[in-house]
Amino acid sequence: MSNQSDVTGDALVTPVRVVIALCLVAPFVAMLWVGSYAKPDPAFIGIPFFYWYQMLWVLISTALTMTAYKLWQRDQRARAGKKGGASE
Amino acid sequence: MKNGVNGVALGVFIFFFLAVTVVGFLAARWRKAENEHSLDEWGLGGRSFGTWVTWFLLGGDLYTAYTFVAVPAAIYAAGAAGFFAVPYTILVYPLIFTFLPRLWSVSHRHGYVTTSDFVRGRFGSKGLSLAVAVTGILATMPYIALQLVGIQAVLDVMGVGGGENTNWFVKDLPLLIAFGVLAAYTYSSGLRAPALIAFVKDTLIYIVIAVAIIYIPIKLGGFDEIFTKASHALAQTSPLTGKPRGALVPPQAGQWTYATLALGSALALFMYPHSVTATLSSRSREVIRRNTTILPLYSLMLGLLALLGFMATAAGVKVQNGQLAIPQLFENMFPDWFAGVAFAAIGIGALVPAAIMSIAAANLFTRNIYKEFLKPDATAQQETRVSKTVSLLVKVGALVFVLTMDKTVAINFQLLGGIWILQTFPALVGGLFTRWFHRWALLAGWAVGMAYGTLAAYGVASPTQKHFGGSAKEIPGIGEIGYIGLTAFVLNVVVTVVLTLVLKAVKAPEGVDETKPEDYTADAGDPGVQVELPPATAGASH
Repeated sequence: MSNQSDVTGDALVTPVRVVIALCLVAPFVAMLWVGSYAKPDPAFIGIPFFYWYQMLWVLISTALTMTAYKLWQRDQRARAGKKGGASE
Repeated sequence: MKNGVNGVALGVFIFFFLAVTVVGFLAARWRKAENEHSLDEWGLGGRSFGTWVTWFLLGGDLYTAYTFVAVPAAIYAAGAAGFFAVPYTILVYPLIFTFLPRLWSVSHRHGYVTTSDFVRGRFGSKGLSLAVAVTGILATMPYIALQLVGIQAVLDVMGVGGGENTNWFVKDLPLLIAFGVLAAYTYSSGLRAPALIAFVKDTLIYIVIAVAIIYIPIKLGGFDEIFTKASHALAQTSPLTGKPRGALVPPQAGQWTYATLALGSALALFMYPHSVTATLSSRSREVIRRNTTILPLYSLMLGLLALLGFMATAAGVKVQNGQLAIPQLFENMFPDWFAGVAFAAIGIGALVPAAIMSIAAANLFTRNIYKEFLKPDATAQQETRVSKTVSLLVKVGALVFVLTMDKTVAINFQLLGGIWILQTFPALVGGLFTRWFHRWALLAGWAVGMAYGTLAAYGVASPTQKHFGGSAKEIPGIGEIGYIGLTAFVLNVVVTVVLTLVLKAVKAPEGVDETKPEDYTADAGDPGVQVELPPATAGASH
């Protein structure tokens, strides 16, 4: 599911794209590693860690996806500029 | 449960219901195009929706009444295990960020209305396209039926569902009326109706959740109190299994199940026809990417909503049927008029997805079965007419299903539907990125995944059911308990890859790919892409 798998034949791996991929992969690592957050403490206003931590990740992953979106937009614009109109 | 009808709540409920009915019929005039007889108009709202309409539509579509009832119900019944819905919806958005814009672009270039249209165009395979279409329809039907279960739960708690010994007609009359109205405005307004009604639905839902999450904990003495009580209740031994009902935090053994359910469900969500319909109705590629950054707001709401399950436990709500836990909590906690608002939110929350799902299933039938196999020379008008009729039939089917069969049958099928729809992932998402997979290998992989998933689910027993008792089972070779759908998906991919290598070695015919690499990145406004598409059928002259 990474962006490197695009089939366009351009030079695909750039530092910016690596960052985009990391932003998109991070939630998977965090959420699928259940053992890292399957515990009740520390609680937040009485809500066990397990629950507030995952709700916090809703916000974190939103921020990450938004970052990926902004970086991607910039990346596309730069490429479109270079190629004179045709986007990747 | 109180006996008798809750008059105030019912009055408020009916008021909102009438309001959305009016909106539903008026929707036909909203942003009306000249070419109103094309399937693009009726079935995709003219492909004209911007960021916010798409946001409401997708939100209204993905977070259904059943979700609102079932997620807290699962928490109420078993504790932490039910919370997987939150990581599931977290994972969905980074995932669709990668492939949905490509689907939008290629569909826009070629006038595809359904995922099967795309698979047909990409792999030049009628068989594979039919498999995707049939899977989509099969997976959607029980989902529509479950929306009815959601409405029924609300009606029951308001006292108009009737008791066990009421005459069946009186008992089901409110449901019949609700569905008659839904069918009528979907028929006349198409996708525009749920798009407009979604505004009402989501506004109500957000208000109800915001109030519930502040008001109920205050009444119950704070979250500390709620979780202490809930953990006591969950620790009690269940008379059915002889084990504790559940836990506040998943035990070691349950963590694989938790993670695989989250991942498998996330992969499956945008394979559902109704998700794709809502996606394709958006105006541009950017609308979709932008939506992946604002849709998580709904996940936050879902998380809060899930906590209501604990509140129901702490508040001492005792219901036989877990589905009634949340409506009953609202009835117990809120003043009557606000309980009415909450019930309206759930009820309308059922209508929006039911409408979109029936449209999506109808589009699949029309494009990939009727036009493909029965009447290849169908005109745009005929397509639209067939789609409208099928959308009615689909809803009637769902209604009959719910009225004649036990609720657990609908739930079992929905569980199977999730496993099934995930098996279309390699053809669809694989196809969006590469043409490497062989069409026959994809078909074989799909068949293996479907067969394994169905058999495995059939073999799961629970204390109350001999078959289809759950969606998790031991993963062969790993030994942990995991989501059947994901195991089937892995098998599917393995079979597809191995067979692709074999078929390529023997030079089996690849089929014609009508798409070009640049089709996958085209956006509205790009050179060569029309802002307004020709009607679907014009694009389908291949």
